[in-house]
Amino acid sequence: MGRYLLRRLANYLVLVVVAASLTYFLAGLSLNPRLKFEGRNPPVPEATITKTLDDYNMNPDTPVVVRFAHWAGDIAHGDLGRTIDGDSVNDDFGRRVGVSTRLLLLATLIGSVLGVAIGALGAIKQYRFFDRFSTLASFFVLAMPVFVIGVALKIGATALNDGTQTIKVLGEYDSQYAGQWGLDALVNRAQHMLLPALTLILVQVALYSRYQRSTMLDVLGSDFLRTARAKGLRRRAALVKHGLRTAILPVVPLLVYNIVLLFTGATFTEKTFGWHGMGELLVDSITKQDVNSVAAVGLFTAVLVLIAGLLSDLLYAALDPRVRVR
Amino acid sequence: MSVQQPPVADPAPAPVPVPVETDKGTPRRTGRLRLTVRRFARNRLALFGLAVLVLLFLAAYVGPLLTKWDYKTHDFLNFMSGPTADHWWGTTQGGIDLFALTMRGLQKSLVIGLLVGVISTFLSATVGAFSAYFGGWVDRVLMWIVDLLLVMPAFLIVAVMSPLFRGSSWLVFVALLAAFSWMITGRVVRSMTFTLKDREFVKAAKYMGVPAPVIIFRHILPNMASMLIIDAVIQAGAAVIGESGLSYFGFGVQPPDVSLGTVIADNTNMAATYPWLFFFPAGCLVLIGVSIAFIGDGLRDALDPNAAHAKARAPRKKARTARTSRKDLKEGAAS
Repeated sequence: MGRYLLRRLANYLVLVVVAASLTYFLAGLSLNPRLKFEGRNPPVPEATITKTLDDYNMNPDTPVVVRFAHWAGDIAHGDLGRTIDGDSVNDDFGRRVGVSTRLLLLATLIGSVLGVAIGALGAIKQYRFFDRFSTLASFFVLAMPVFVIGVALKIGATALNDGTQTIKVLGEYDSQYAGQWGLDALVNRAQHMLLPALTLILVQVALYSRYQRSTMLDVLGSDFLRTARAKGLRRRAALVKHGLRTAILPVVPLLVYNIVLLFTGATFTEKTFGWHGMGELLVDSITKQDVNSVAAVGLFTAVLVLIAGLLSDLLYAALDPRVRVR
Repeated sequence: MSVQQPPVADPAPAPVPVPVETDKGTPRRTGRLRLTVRRFARNRLALFGLAVLVLLFLAAYVGPLLTKWDYKTHDFLNFMSGPTADHWWGTTQGGIDLFALTMRGLQKSLVIGLLVGVISTFLSATVGAFSAYFGGWVDRVLMWIVDLLLVMPAFLIVAVMSPLFRGSSWLVFVALLAAFSWMITGRVVRSMTFTLKDREFVKAAKYMGVPAPVIIFRHILPNMASMLIIDAVIQAGAAVIGESGLSYFGFGVQPPDVSLGTVIADNTNMAATYPWLFFFPAGCLVLIGVSIAFIGDGLRDALDPNAAHAKARAPRKKARTARTSRKDLKEGAAS
């Protein structure tokens, strides 16, 4: 097991390096940071633009290989470079990871628990009303792009609010509560959190429940479950201890991958509701022609895939005794 | 999947036995196609999905002929009008008829979905089958590329490359979408090819001197046709959603062209006050997604009755579970 994991890790590391480099080259070749400074009023002198771009290691006239070498050297020292606005990418990342974590923590927790529960219940009550309803509902949710769900919720909330501001549709908190963690501030944050969290929960529940349902259906017909009942276990105990525990295993990698990758993957949710997290950065860095941030996001995502891969292997081994024996 | 069941299917790519004049008394053999159609027709949701999709196609191509407005004409007397007898779905901020605009977007979205579905399935079939059939370093190289493409964030890459195809045709965008959606199925095809390539009919062909590409396209791939058809449908659905997401941020279909994603994006900021601007195009998008999902589900039941959904999606082998799930990560990641 240890050696297997090590080999996986080495392979993953190579992939991460190659993927991050490729992302850098693509971004360096196709984005033009000069556009950000040109056409300003008052116009910025050409020499100043070039100087700034050189300082940020973003000058499109420098060969991309040279820029890459510079960037890679900085990365080796743990420095992700500077954003197009002149800030440190590291600081920007720190802030944004915090925002994304606050948004995702609760939503993923509720989403995965609910998704697994609804899926399992749907399998147990196959073709009954609950099953049909939840299957149909998840079909609809999965057929909708996330921004459609988000905007629809926004429209719904505006109608519900009816002029008041009970459900907030934009931002993480109101500006007067910045940096505060008192009761008022928490309530304010909760008001802001409701819609984006709901969006993420809906999507996750729909996805996980579909999978949980099908793995659970597989397990329900199995011999060991009949044996468990035959030895005198109650239906509920047999279903949870022997059924759900087995049926949840194949869903674990899916859960892990999805949850870990949501850090940069909650793009639509964060954009729709104006949360300044990692997902928002993914889109904004490209529209701002911010090569260094794009490359950093690419690197970060590749690392997330690596973490998710290892984590799901480990979790799988922890949950499934059959793997440990091997 | 269906490989294991010894199918009626002969290896030749003509799975529909022509009913030769049947004698009275002997029961007529039911062709595979006929059987599939019958099974599909029994599934009410799938039929509903098919009907909706056909209607959408009809609407997209016939609809614009029925209204006097077209998607480029500004009606300077009606800005942001609600749905009226004149403008069925209202008008946008620029006075463009929303129905004509949405139908135009619908055309593009449907075509993109269709193309990406076909191209990506073709890619996965070819790469997967060649990889497994030749094995050795071909296999290793191709699978490494698959791994790499899975590690690279597809959304980011396509978005980053969008300035490159800004001036060129939307077909480049289609190619990019397809290039990032074939990998998982490629793996599945590869593992199915491994089991097929030792079967007698493949060996026979090989020893008769049939060249490898012919064996792959004539004898191996037709044997997983059902899986590939289902996959193409599912990929088409995913492509429509993926395309709309990229276009929504301006990274996809570019201005002279419109797709449902751009139509929605142009109008979301006014969605709260003028909801129809959002609900009509978004409704079309959701209808495409739902109908394709229903069709895919119905096709799976019709073509692959023995494969429980779970088996088709979550192989039990440990080594593969982690990988398989990346498909869902790709599907679900862009929340």
